Amino acid sequence: MKPLSNRSVVVSDKKFTLAEGSYLPAVIKGLGITMSHFFKRPATVKYPEQQREFSEVYRGKHVLKRDENGAERCTACGLCAVSCPAEAITMVSDERKKGEEHLYREEKYAAIYEINMLRCIFCGLCEEACPKQAIFLTKEIAPANYEREDFIYGKDKLVEGVEPMKRIDISKRQDR
Amino acid sequence: MDLLFLLDKSVIAFVAFSITLLIATYSTYAERKIAAFLQDRVGPDRAGPFGIFQPLADAGKFFFKEEIIPNTSDKFLFIIGPGIAMLTALMTSVVIPWGDTLEIAGRQVSLQVSDLNIGVLYVFGVVSLGVYGIMIGGWASNNKFSLLGAIRASSQMISYELSMGLALIALIMMTGTLSVKEIVDQQHGFWHDGWFTWNFFSQPLGFILFIVCAFAECNRTPFDLAECEAELVGGYHTEYSSMKLGFFMFAEYINMFISSAFMASLYFGGYNFPFMDDLGLSQNWITIIGTIVFFMKIFAFIFFFMWIRWTLPRFRYDQLMRLGWQYMIPLALINIFITGTVILLRQP
Repeated sequence: MKPLSNRSVVVSDKKFTLAEGSYLPAVIKGLGITMSHFFKRPATVKYPEQQREFSEVYRGKHVLKRDENGAERCTACGLCAVSCPAEAITMVSDERKKGEEHLYREEKYAAIYEINMLRCIFCGLCEEACPKQAIFLTKEIAPANYEREDFIYGKDKLVEGVEPMKRIDISKRQDR
Repeated sequence: MDLLFLLDKSVIAFVAFSITLLIATYSTYAERKIAAFLQDRVGPDRAGPFGIFQPLADAGKFFFKEEIIPNTSDKFLFIIGPGIAMLTALMTSVVIPWGDTLEIAGRQVSLQVSDLNIGVLYVFGVVSLGVYGIMIGGWASNNKFSLLGAIRASSQMISYELSMGLALIALIMMTGTLSVKEIVDQQHGFWHDGWFTWNFFSQPLGFILFIVCAFAECNRTPFDLAECEAELVGGYHTEYSSMKLGFFMFAEYINMFISSAFMASLYFGGYNFPFMDDLGLSQNWITIIGTIVFFMKIFAFIFFFMWIRWTLPRFRYDQLMRLGWQYMIPLALINIFITGTVILLRQP
């Protein structure tokens, strides 16, 4: 069989020569290799101060979008929950009352919408399944927590703010 | 013995003790930094600028950790083990000449705690006691892994002490003295009578044998079979926690420092440096520069210890024993033979 790389070495059990048996040439060669690494730039990213540059379409924490009037787009159809391979999403739907049109875009909305971040694998299938363009993955990271309960993100953590300042830009993920 | 002499010696002993502890403390930091650099990492950099307070944080951690003494252990021996390791590690620094003589107010003050005329022998005696700390610690833990580590440590140290001694015999045949101070003084300057004065250049084989044995005696990689994490959990200190573990680790770093100092004085001229007579400086200045040079040599050796540690993997036990008994000892004997022949031939 032809070797794929040029680095393959034929294995044999031949006896060491005198020079090899003294270990010294191999030791010196090894010392040279480690010393060459001594002067290389470290690959470390000093995390809290310095953050690694993310891709424009990074799949991080989810956001539940609002429309241009500030009403939630989600209509609690449950397609995201069905499409989720990790079964991380649950929701409870409710009917929109009169006078709540500025809050919810459709007549049916999600009263409770929860994503378990310990189950989520950040695959983005929920986003693909969503017919209302309501859920998107963002560049934000779901941070660590001390309690398991704190990893279950409700609407308080997922829905973006009404003010233009607090809107989350997901145009890069829409353009794909 | 007058009072001033006693004062001098206690000051030197105290300073040598503090410097030993300080360097051992910062060796832990240097070890982690050098390991990081050799592996393209940054290393500890959170405690203070560049992480220089890391050893202090480590020490604080060691002091406040819970102290666990297994109830099946021999409590007295369990506690005394790290103490012995630390004691023997610190005792060897007595005979190391940290510098030449200083002239203070018309008195000659030698920068050495005690110039024993059997200095080399004294170091050997104390170093061979060092194995008791590990042996007792491993035995008293009443744990298989600790016992295996202790057995490995003791057999390794005893095997390599032999070839270490034999490597030194050739040096002692050449110098004709056992006093470390005299050996260093014989290496005055750098070049004399058409050859280097430093013993390394007349005993290269002896030096290589000595440094390999020093690695084995200090239980450093590639001879760290006594505490190999992969096979024996932690070796002889598996059951140790808190500052007792710290003592074992500390003793290892002190041993490394002392053996570096020993190698620098025996083979690399100690506090001598090239052109020391041509500078035209006063004796005090030469002594001070010499001490700085001596410490630079020590640091170079400590760096070499760490460099080796992060380069070479651990030997297998049978390879270790074969290297010690079948290669090192015959080579040391050949070295003695060659040295003897040369001394005989050069006699007028």
